[in-house]
Amino acid sequence: MTSGLLLALTGVALFALGVAGVALIGNLLRRILAFNVMGSGAFLVLVGLAQRNGEPDPVPQAMVLTGIVVAVAATALALALTRRLHALTGRLELPEDVDG
Amino acid sequence: MKRIVVITFALGFVGVLASSMFDLGPAAVDLRVPVGAHLARSGVSHPVTAVLLNYRGYDTLLEIAVLLLALLAILAVAGDVRGASPGKAHPVLQTLAQLAAPLMIVVAVYLLWAGAFRPGGAFQAGAVLAAAAVLLHLVGLLPGWGTPGLGLRLGLAAGFAVFLTVAAVLLTQGFLLQYPPEAAGGLILLIEGGLMISLALILAGLFLFLSRDQETT
Repeated sequence: MTSGLLLALTGVALFALGVAGVALIGNLLRRILAFNVMGSGAFLVLVGLAQRNGEPDPVPQAMVLTGIVVAVAATALALALTRRLHALTGRLELPEDVDG
Repeated sequence: MKRIVVITFALGFVGVLASSMFDLGPAAVDLRVPVGAHLARSGVSHPVTAVLLNYRGYDTLLEIAVLLLALLAILAVAGDVRGASPGKAHPVLQTLAQLAAPLMIVVAVYLLWAGAFRPGGAFQAGAVLAAAAVLLHLVGLLPGWGTPGLGLRLGLAAGFAVFLTVAAVLLTQGFLLQYPPEAAGGLILLIEGGLMISLALILAGLFLFLSRDQETT
């Protein structure tokens, strides 16, 4: 097993952890964190699978670099929305999670 | 009940994907060869920078647009509030941050220049600059940002504007973002310089604009 394959397998595990977190956790801050864990898993799969034969491939690396920056921006936007929700309602859960 | 279903699904997902990865054949398309073959005409000698700013320049163009959009959305959500400063930190911490900030600026410029021939580039440089701004904010030397003035707005949009101008000028010559090989290096450096400034301000802004209304909420 090459280190690239190991990275990809770790990525799959992280992605599944993140999906389970997003589905199960009601607290929005923790859900945003789970979403980021999911994203990191996807990035690891992209980079790891591309270099499973040893040599790294610059195209997936450039795509992941783009993806990381966009993920940071999306996280900041999600945090801003969460903060606004907290300021308006005093809660950190979505209404449907509180009822259900 | 929901917990069991989700965890079972996640474990099954890992099992299926992991087992399929073990007997994955070689990739049908190997992009390393064409990337390497055209590297001499791309204006830079590092393949990742060549992919980011030359071969797939429109990805990066749209990326900076997405970042700008996220920042605008944050400004819209947060409303019109004056900047707030966090409490002053310990003097030792402040002095260390003051020492670190100029070094981080030097590191950022080096990363931008190094991007042409080794790992580095506008994104890393912008992230280091933004980290310097956040560090100064956390020790209480840089107040959180209120509603941005004209200068800050121009800085936030500069990277996208420079990139878009280059793309528009090149469009009159032929195709979108197809640099002439002899001018490619200079154009990439120009775009990266604009990107570094905008990325630094946008990434710092994601933190500093959110930090501004902590006294009102």
